[in-house]
Amino acid sequence: MSIEVKGLSFSYGKREVLHDINLEIPDGTLVNVLGPNGVGKSTLFRCILGLNTHYQGHVIVNGKDMRTLSIKQRAREISYIPQSHAPVYDYEVLDVVLMSTGSDLGMLRSPGPRHVECAYAALERVGVAHLAHRTYTQISGGEQQLVLIARAIAQNARTIIMDEPTSALDYGNTVRVLSCVRQLAREGLSIVQSTHQPDQAFLYSDKTLVIYGGTVLAFGDPKDVITRELVSSIYGVDVEVNSLYGDKVRVCVPVKEIAR
Amino acid sequence: MEASQNKTPDASPETSDERQALGCRQSAASRRANLVIAGLAVFMVVASGVSLMLGRYPIEPAQAVQMLVNAIPGVTLEQTWTDQQATLFFNVRLPRILLALMVGCCLATAGAAFQGTFQNPLVSPDILGASQGAAFGAAIAILAGQAAAGVSLSAFCFSIVTVMLVLLVSSRAKGNRILVTVLAGTMISSLFSAGVSFTKLVADPTDDLPAITYWLMGSLTGAKMSDIALAAVPMVVGCGILLALRWRINILTMGDDEASTMGVNAKHLRLVIILAATMATAASVAISGMIGWVGLVVPHLCRMIVGCDYRKLIPASMFFGASFLLIVDNIARLTATSEIPIGILTAFVGAPFFLYLITRKKQGLGS
Repeated sequence: MSIEVKGLSFSYGKREVLHDINLEIPDGTLVNVLGPNGVGKSTLFRCILGLNTHYQGHVIVNGKDMRTLSIKQRAREISYIPQSHAPVYDYEVLDVVLMSTGSDLGMLRSPGPRHVECAYAALERVGVAHLAHRTYTQISGGEQQLVLIARAIAQNARTIIMDEPTSALDYGNTVRVLSCVRQLAREGLSIVQSTHQPDQAFLYSDKTLVIYGGTVLAFGDPKDVITRELVSSIYGVDVEVNSLYGDKVRVCVPVKEIAR
Repeated sequence: MEASQNKTPDASPETSDERQALGCRQSAASRRANLVIAGLAVFMVVASGVSLMLGRYPIEPAQAVQMLVNAIPGVTLEQTWTDQQATLFFNVRLPRILLALMVGCCLATAGAAFQGTFQNPLVSPDILGASQGAAFGAAIAILAGQAAAGVSLSAFCFSIVTVMLVLLVSSRAKGNRILVTVLAGTMISSLFSAGVSFTKLVADPTDDLPAITYWLMGSLTGAKMSDIALAAVPMVVGCGILLALRWRINILTMGDDEASTMGVNAKHLRLVIILAATMATAASVAISGMIGWVGLVVPHLCRMIVGCDYRKLIPASMFFGASFLLIVDNIARLTATSEIPIGILTAFVGAPFFLYLITRKKQGLGS
């Protein structure tokens, strides 16, 4: 089991954000997390990653209780891909990827040729090795996101969490990033990513998790989970879910626009 | 998806070649940076050598070299210099040059480290009040009639205490850790600055006040070899730690959350870096007074020539900072008939230079 969450509750002060969350995510699964803004998706991710520690319940990643692990040990089990953002300084792409390779190094050591090799391999795996010596701040948003994925791969953890990886990307880059993620999950990594596009779940996920009101509203096959009723109720817009290409794909369409 | 799968088999034989090609390019780029660092080191040595021969009291280059060689234990040369020249050389000029190198190195290194830990390229080494604390310590010691060594010691202790106070306050405050730390630094800095103003107000205007004012302007004059040796201990320890941790500063610039998901305890690392940089800064300020701009301008310049990677930036800042302050100090002691305090001169050189940098190249601030 890649991620097991048992009875997880979390509060910011008196406001309870997550309430009694229970989850089991098998190895090699691509999970899509849906839910409107502010329902606690990011908080759930922060708890799983160990960035928020004052939670009740248990988070077990690859069989290990995250609470008992050091920061270094946690990084070997699970890695995190933030939304692409501009760092303050202009690093070379390779140096950005190298940053995650140091979890096996002592405090005073710097990465050596072995780590550089590992960083290259990760860049190759997501298909952006040609960018290795470009400046990170000067490549496109989609490329930056792929570089961050490479960084997570170079960290050598079996589980990856991505917070809205495509929210700032154009259509082409969105497809490129998501198909890369899809491929990595086929190769055995477990990936949990949040998104605001329910349609993406049909193409780019094995399971869909819906968080609403601080708890798990639904978890399962995207076709079972993403229904007209569910999407309409959590996002507060009437939609119809339609099937295309012999039910290979489904799309959500706002009813208001069709009726016109 | 299919495209990428189809691509993989064709791509794999090429990739190893590509990787080799990229590998070559990588080592070329990093070799260039290493070459620049080596060049800076050579420049520093040459500049030091030349500086030893410059001065109002004439010492021939040959004499300078002979005196230096003669000072090596077990070597005795025929004396071609006067005793007066030797005294001046070993008690005035040599200590001063050493001090310029050490202070320049420490301020630049600490500045680079602080700019990384606070993810802000506009931070200088006294962001957490090290300078103002030292100034207050020095002013009190001058009021109490202490000699130079006592003033330095008091400045050093107050500098460290100020930064500790800032860290203590910020650890209890709520909110963004970096913002809170910088805010606490600014506040406590201004508190000590008010303290300095107050000591100036109550100081004896014929004696103590000029001494305080002069100290505040910064100067490398009058340092004794023994004082320098004492200051060298925290300087070497501080810079040594920063040099050892240089790669990790890169990770810290990505922010605490990302750093910890990559296996780095950002909170601890930041504390260690702050303490090391503060030790180096406090020792510098304690012995030389307030010398601004070096810690801000030098790391920027180095970023332009070796890039942002701290593995290159820290060594480059060390050599460049040392050379920079040495050259500015040469100007300070050689140009005017009465010496210009170096703190003034670094601002005169640093500020226009900095303005030139930010207007010339937008990337310079990393935005």
